[in-house]
Amino acid sequence: MHILEQKIRDANKKGRPALIPFVTAGFPNADDFWPAIKDLDDNGADIIEIGVPFSDPVADGPVVEEASRRALSDGMTLKKLMADLRERGGFFKAGLVLMGYYNPFLQYGLEKFAADAQAANISGVIIPDLPYEESGEVRALFRKHGLALIVLVGLNTSAERMALYASDAEGYVYVISSMGTTGVREHIAPEVDETMIRARKSFSLPLALGFGLKDPAQLDALHKDARPDAVVFGSALLQHLDAGLPAADFIRHWV
Amino acid sequence: MKKGYFGDFGGCYVPEILMPPLLEVEKAMNEDLPSAEFQAELQNLLHTYAGRPTPLTFCPTLSKELGFELWLKREDLLHSGAHKINNTLGQALLAKRMGKTALVAETGAGQHGVATAVAAARLGMKCSIYMGAEDVERQAANVMRMRLLGAEVVAVESGSRTLKDAINAALRAWIACQSTTHYCFGSAAGPHPFPTLVRKFQQVLGQEARRQMQEACHCLPDAVVACVGGGSNAIGLFHPFLEDESVRIIGVEAAGTGEPGCFNSAPINLGSPGVLHGSLSMLLQNSDGQIEPSHSISAGLDYPGVGPEHAHLSKIGRARYVMVKDASALNAFQQLCRKEGILPALESSHALAWVLDHPEEFKPGSRVIVNLSGRGDKDMAIVRKALNLPETADMY
Repeated sequence: MHILEQKIRDANKKGRPALIPFVTAGFPNADDFWPAIKDLDDNGADIIEIGVPFSDPVADGPVVEEASRRALSDGMTLKKLMADLRERGGFFKAGLVLMGYYNPFLQYGLEKFAADAQAANISGVIIPDLPYEESGEVRALFRKHGLALIVLVGLNTSAERMALYASDAEGYVYVISSMGTTGVREHIAPEVDETMIRARKSFSLPLALGFGLKDPAQLDALHKDARPDAVVFGSALLQHLDAGLPAADFIRHWV
Repeated sequence: MKKGYFGDFGGCYVPEILMPPLLEVEKAMNEDLPSAEFQAELQNLLHTYAGRPTPLTFCPTLSKELGFELWLKREDLLHSGAHKINNTLGQALLAKRMGKTALVAETGAGQHGVATAVAAARLGMKCSIYMGAEDVERQAANVMRMRLLGAEVVAVESGSRTLKDAINAALRAWIACQSTTHYCFGSAAGPHPFPTLVRKFQQVLGQEARRQMQEACHCLPDAVVACVGGGSNAIGLFHPFLEDESVRIIGVEAAGTGEPGCFNSAPINLGSPGVLHGSLSMLLQNSDGQIEPSHSISAGLDYPGVGPEHAHLSKIGRARYVMVKDASALNAFQQLCRKEGILPALESSHALAWVLDHPEEFKPGSRVIVNLSGRGDKDMAIVRKALNLPETADMY
């Protein structure tokens, strides 16, 4: 079992969904970023997703885009992030996942990235603009270094396409809860039930639900067969951090 | 070859939630577009509404000065003022057959936005156009045209506030409204199938030019020249000549001001391979893979990427890609106005400028076709500013 799957199963054994906070690298600023990550790690995060900023984040809403823009203008780069992570290798209890658009990884060098990521104790990578059709070689390369290329599916992903992804997936499956970009939403779309149930049939891996989550109560609205094994929160956490509030307060709410 | 690739370039680098609508477009391209019924409807619209075929115009004064024959493919004479309408009518018709009721599109100079708004109005569809806020300011006349045609124009304030940011915003809008809406992509760039789809709708101009040259001179041209931003007018001209080995193919990128290290729009000459807006192509980027801002005096060329088929044609050496500076394009603009009585778009002026600046490239008596992809009326404010003309000048 891949370590990321293990982390989620372990949380589920405690009777709760695994918690996966997302923070853009270098956000809310260079000084507060690593303390925020440590705070999340110390207070119940099972997996931490660190966003690699990109100048043109097409799948992201205004909050993540603005976080990306600020991180870039503060000089955050994938090179710098990898160097920082290497220094902190093995320091985290939570599984580490990097999430970012394809081009920065491509320019870093995919082979070099995979080797460096392994050395920095990174367990998975999410590349939102790498659909099944383009992902084969990258997935195989990453696997050699213990990195899971996390699958993303949405409300419009058919059972046929889920089956394509399922043939070669590892870690967990990220289910996007709305037909839009990232960002906080008051209510989970009704189609989420059907999508979660479809994904449950298609994948043997744990399912993480993300895009638009801010409050545990949002999950109560889901059908009992549609409850996720893990929850991802991004925009709401970024807004919380940007307001100068401690990361621990946000995540405690979910533990 | 992998699906959607041109050699090493192309592909479909988009979020999974955009794959179903892209696969739907691909299916329509493969099944509906070649049907006799679709082709008849499109040809009828192009002929009776858009103004096809456009003439191939000989330029007597400039030809005499240059010592070779300069011919212009007159896409500037099309309805809405540029080649863009070839593509928008085609995609709008296809979208209707797919059961879509609305179009969303990006625009740089505003020409593709206007052409999309025209097609939407003609075919009874809703239309939303995303345009960088900087372009909204420098192309105010086109914004007004789009609104008059019934389109909603959304000014995009994020990033560099130009075309690339408009594409980001339009892609996001499409994610949310894909069940009712087709993304009428404006250039032969973006994710598969757009580079192929847009080329299929634009190659009519190259096919016409090839036939017209044969009718007029009983030969093929020695060279075909077009400006390249995303590259739709250029691929439309080039594609029908790819197998004609005697025909030189020259794409002209915008070099910006030309000062060392200046922002430019010349990714084939000055960029490197990378992924932006769904395809792997040549790209203006820094060493960390962040997209660099582009610049050109012509908003329609102001884009940090380029269609993947151009990157491929450059790599295999079938087409040559050169650069022209803002000032040189302005000079060509003025020369065509004064000497041939044609007011070209600043985009097309880049293609013309390279020919005017490099007469040594062409043997005496040779025949060169430049694609006059659009008319310059939209550029009056920019030209006035660049030439320091007074606002109430009598010349207009």
